[in-house]
Amino acid sequence: MIAEISSFALPLSLAMILVVAVIRRVPLYETFVLGAKDGFQTAISLIPNLIGMMVAVSVFRTSGALNLVIHALSPIFHYLRFPPELLPIALLRPISGASSLALVTDLFKHHGPDSFLGKIASTMQGSTDTTLYVLTVYFGSVGIKNPRYAVKVGLWSDLISVIASVFAVYLIIGK
Amino acid sequence: MLNIIWFTLMMSGLIVAFATGHVAQVTNGLWDGAKSGVEVAIGLVSIITFWLGIMKIAESAGLIEGLSKLVKPIAKWLFPSVPESHPAMGAIIANMSANLLGLGNAATPLGLKAMEELQKLNPTKDMASDAMCTLLALNTASLTIIPATMIGLRAEFHSKNPADIVLPTLLATAIATTAAIILDRFYRHRHQVIKPCPGSSQ
Repeated sequence: MIAEISSFALPLSLAMILVVAVIRRVPLYETFVLGAKDGFQTAISLIPNLIGMMVAVSVFRTSGALNLVIHALSPIFHYLRFPPELLPIALLRPISGASSLALVTDLFKHHGPDSFLGKIASTMQGSTDTTLYVLTVYFGSVGIKNPRYAVKVGLWSDLISVIASVFAVYLIIGK
Repeated sequence: MLNIIWFTLMMSGLIVAFATGHVAQVTNGLWDGAKSGVEVAIGLVSIITFWLGIMKIAESAGLIEGLSKLVKPIAKWLFPSVPESHPAMGAIIANMSANLLGLGNAATPLGLKAMEELQKLNPTKDMASDAMCTLLALNTASLTIIPATMIGLRAEFHSKNPADIVLPTLLATAIATTAAIILDRFYRHRHQVIKPCPGSSQ
């Protein structure tokens, strides 16, 4: 049942968007092409970030350093019921979206997207925005120098988002 | 920040490699990492292109305006310091509606427009106002309806059901956004600007 709701979400919203657009007489195909035109550029612009981060992560993993860290931390994380493999993604997510996407990809490669870890990583990556990027762009655009408590709120809610992602996958999909 | 992280990942990896003799593996890992960076980006071209096209249709169909009636009372409650008739309120409502619909690309320019209007109401031009902090809290938590990029990436790695993370994502994002709103209220009261500002109830 729950799996059905999830798989229906995308096709259903697609249908809804198309129906509303037809009723409002939007020129569907032309509008689609107009919007899609930027897709290639958007995806390609991820490359420098992805390569930079994936090389660093790959070095960190193949050298055995990642395993050392995971082993060292696993007693604490086991106690917290938080998979230590997800720590790098959780730490990097608020700082750089493309970088944490690189980490998620790396995790997919080694554990698969349908593993428990893969599902939590997907949820963590998809459920929030890159806090520091949003703060920089929004405050930068009007020249705010003192963000007051906005950074604190952003980072605390990122932590909650990480915990909520683990919880949501446990609850909805199960182990 | 990223400088430190990048350096730490690389350097600790290299040091461990020298210490454990995994130098050959690391050299291979380096090229593998670079290669998969390109593969992932190319693989995402398809889903990003398709989704941007659909998002444009949703935007042109006026879905953002359609939602604004529902969003308005929430916006008034979240932004008590912004007068209802001020253009800032309109931009905030549009930004919130776009976020609710998952129209990330449309949400950013609307959010920046809202910041510009809020800056006009801001008595201290280099310090964020309460309303700005609330807008940021909403946008950094960013309520996600359809995590299209993640569905695409999962499909690329041959997931049996790439979309089965939609509900968990929705739950996680709802919890985080609620938390952001509560945290914002909490810190707003704690960081009350000393001089009384017009429009605030205390």
